[in-house]
Amino acid sequence: MLRIKRVPTVVSNYQKEEAEDQKGCGRNCLRNCCIKGAKLPLYTYKRINKIVSGKGLLGHEDKEPPVAFLDSLLLGEWEDRMQRGLFRYDVTACETKVIPGEHGFIAQLNEGRHLKKRPTEFRVDKVLQPFDGNKFNFTKVGQEEVLFQFEPSEDDEVQFFPDAPIDVENSPSVVAINVSPIEYGHVLLIPRIFECLPQRIDRESFLLALDMAAEAANPYFRLGYNSLGAFATINHLHFQAYYLAVPFPIEKAPTKKITTLDGGVKISEMLNYPVRGLVFEGGNTLQDLSDAVSDSCICLQVNNIPYNVLISDCGKRVFLLPQCYAEKQALGEVSAELLDTQVNPAVWEISGHMVLKRKKDYEEASEENAWRLLAEVSLSEERFQEVNALIFEAIAGGDNGNGNGNVTPQPPEEFNPIDKSSHPTMVVGNQECLVLQ
Amino acid sequence: MESQLGLIEQSFNVRYSVWAREALDEFPDNFTITDPSISGHPIVFASWGFLKMSGYSKEEVIGKNGRIFQGPGTNRRSVMEIREAIRQERPIQINLLNYRKDGTPFWMLFHMRPVFSKEDGRVIHFVAVQVPILRKLRRLSGSGFGGRNGVNLCEDGSMLRETVFGSCRREVCSDSVVELGRVLALDSVLDSDNGELEVEEPCEANDSEKLRAATAINNILSVLTHYSESTGRSVCGKRGSLSGMGLLGSSLIISLGRIKQSFVLTDPHLPDMPIVYASDAFLKLTGYARDEVLGRNCRFLSGVDTDSSTLFQIKESIRMEQACTVRILNYRKDNNSFWNLLHISPVRNATGKIAYFVGVQIEEGCRNQDRQGLSPEMRQLSVVGAVKVAVRSLSMGASPSKS
Repeated sequence: MLRIKRVPTVVSNYQKEEAEDQKGCGRNCLRNCCIKGAKLPLYTYKRINKIVSGKGLLGHEDKEPPVAFLDSLLLGEWEDRMQRGLFRYDVTACETKVIPGEHGFIAQLNEGRHLKKRPTEFRVDKVLQPFDGNKFNFTKVGQEEVLFQFEPSEDDEVQFFPDAPIDVENSPSVVAINVSPIEYGHVLLIPRIFECLPQRIDRESFLLALDMAAEAANPYFRLGYNSLGAFATINHLHFQAYYLAVPFPIEKAPTKKITTLDGGVKISEMLNYPVRGLVFEGGNTLQDLSDAVSDSCICLQVNNIPYNVLISDCGKRVFLLPQCYAEKQALGEVSAELLDTQVNPAVWEISGHMVLKRKKDYEEASEENAWRLLAEVSLSEERFQEVNALIFEAIAGGDNGNGNGNVTPQPPEEFNPIDKSSHPTMVVGNQECLVLQ
Repeated sequence: MESQLGLIEQSFNVRYSVWAREALDEFPDNFTITDPSISGHPIVFASWGFLKMSGYSKEEVIGKNGRIFQGPGTNRRSVMEIREAIRQERPIQINLLNYRKDGTPFWMLFHMRPVFSKEDGRVIHFVAVQVPILRKLRRLSGSGFGGRNGVNLCEDGSMLRETVFGSCRREVCSDSVVELGRVLALDSVLDSDNGELEVEEPCEANDSEKLRAATAINNILSVLTHYSESTGRSVCGKRGSLSGMGLLGSSLIISLGRIKQSFVLTDPHLPDMPIVYASDAFLKLTGYARDEVLGRNCRFLSGVDTDSSTLFQIKESIRMEQACTVRILNYRKDNNSFWNLLHISPVRNATGKIAYFVGVQIEEGCRNQDRQGLSPEMRQLSVVGAVKVAVRSLSMGASPSKS
């Protein structure tokens, strides 16, 4: 059994290490003791599942789109919690910079994020571990830390209910704050929170995350996922997200195409980047892209390979990064110098965003240092190719699960952008027919 | 919408004399001029060559953002690089896949450069030249494309010039266009490779195409420079002095332009804490023009019946570097008063220190414009959040190029 010691990040003001007593806690949490009659804003989004037209996914692409509604809701609620003092510190008061160099790694000096507590032991050799209700999970957070419920719409449109009841039976997904934010707007997306799913990806949950990225419609709002063994600290299914209006180094890495799947999903590998990984993009529908990624993640989970996932570019590009740093750390294979920085390379760090707790590390932050740290996280080339082989065997078996290749094109109404000009739209890709308007 | 179109016309007409359009019309090159200070970073000028290449009419292009020419085959990373170049106010030359109005994709070399104000060094416009990259012709698979493809190539004078003349001739002779079309249509029939047009394979521009782009953009910049002198608002291709009177970079202006609510940014480090940014909605609410408010302290909004203790409360909060919400009586330019639910918050930049204060105005009693149901208070806070993200992020990186 491999374990490492680290101080877990406090994501909720109600997070404690000792076991909680199950009875009423009087702290306005989300469990049965307090949930009755609770209300929370509900945002329902229209699920975009149409074939990608020649003009991009969303209708209002003709201008720089205004701040999308979901964006406004999230920013507004987050600022509200900030003014109510729910965060452990003001992240905007933390100095941050882009490290000069070719790649543009981002460093932040954040002394307050990591507590001076006694480290906890984390098991890092099993990616799949059963949910343990005794440990901290997101039903234990205070209701004030939850911003809104996030669900697909039953009608064909976006709807917002500022005061919706929380219907546990309906298994809603929620967005909550991370009280130790890495950047402004740092939130947690918790799919079907009351089902208490362990930290592992499934098709439905991953699609929810992609939907959120698409709905926010902001290329600087990214979602991330850490598997167990890849620095997830809480074994309750969740994604993270925050805003940073600069490109991540990983997004700038050149790529080399490996293949295109039947559903139109293009898979590439990254070049000239310290961590080896795959990039998924395209897809005839968002679901095709989502399934390709989640099936790959499931393959990794089943094979006990820890990994991180970054959803970027409004859900149009997804990075999958298998890693082995925790294992190396447990086996004593990481240099003391790197360990001293106390940087746990989870998805954000691997993407190129480093939070440093010591001023010295911040001031001396350089592209070489960042590269060196991340190179330790990467699988070796041989191992990476082995892992790729596993993944491709799992997903490229002809069928993505939804019988594609002959997808009938959607009727022309679906394509119509909001502006008045109508024009023939050509569907690029495997489809054989031209849709004219 | 009228005012948006007005702004777009003005963007060009105020800066360059009337002869500029004629001069630009002499160029056969494909190019667009965009204005980052107008919300949406729209195209304000499109050359006739560009319209021909893309298949759109002028009305369909003016006022739109360049992303309308992108599509599913467009490399996302390239889009990001262009976004970054705009953010950093520097030139970029990159191969890009675009789509015509009829949906057909084509590769082109995209070469963009900023145009700076000679007076204060800020970015006035971006000029982008598009040189189609012509490679070995292949037919598109599927029915009915062969002929169509041939027709498209016929219409694109510049591509034909490239293959047939092999040199950079400016003039396009319309008779020869028809002739060349026939030649090319023949080519595509004879081309034995009938595979799909591999839009995903990146096309690289060759040296002559790059030279053509660079030459074109220099010529355009010369014209703009020349015709800006007579309006008294000179521009140049290189940034001169950055006389930094609280100037916001164009990337911040573009980001702030996405926020549709009424708000201002004020700079506490400048004497008398002037307004350095005002949203269109703010101007609409108060009745002032942009140049009437930039550089002034907000107190001009107060009037005879404005409660002085409220003013004091605002002053105190600013001094304490804290957020506050007040209800204050304000006056529009025409002297009509309105109750303003004003929320003020400090905004920090990447150094962690306060760079600006943001003031978000809500006119009390105004019908809730937001059809989607965010409360006015929530909308106010969302403006604060969006501004905080923009200011912090956009002050992090490589500073704008000084060239």
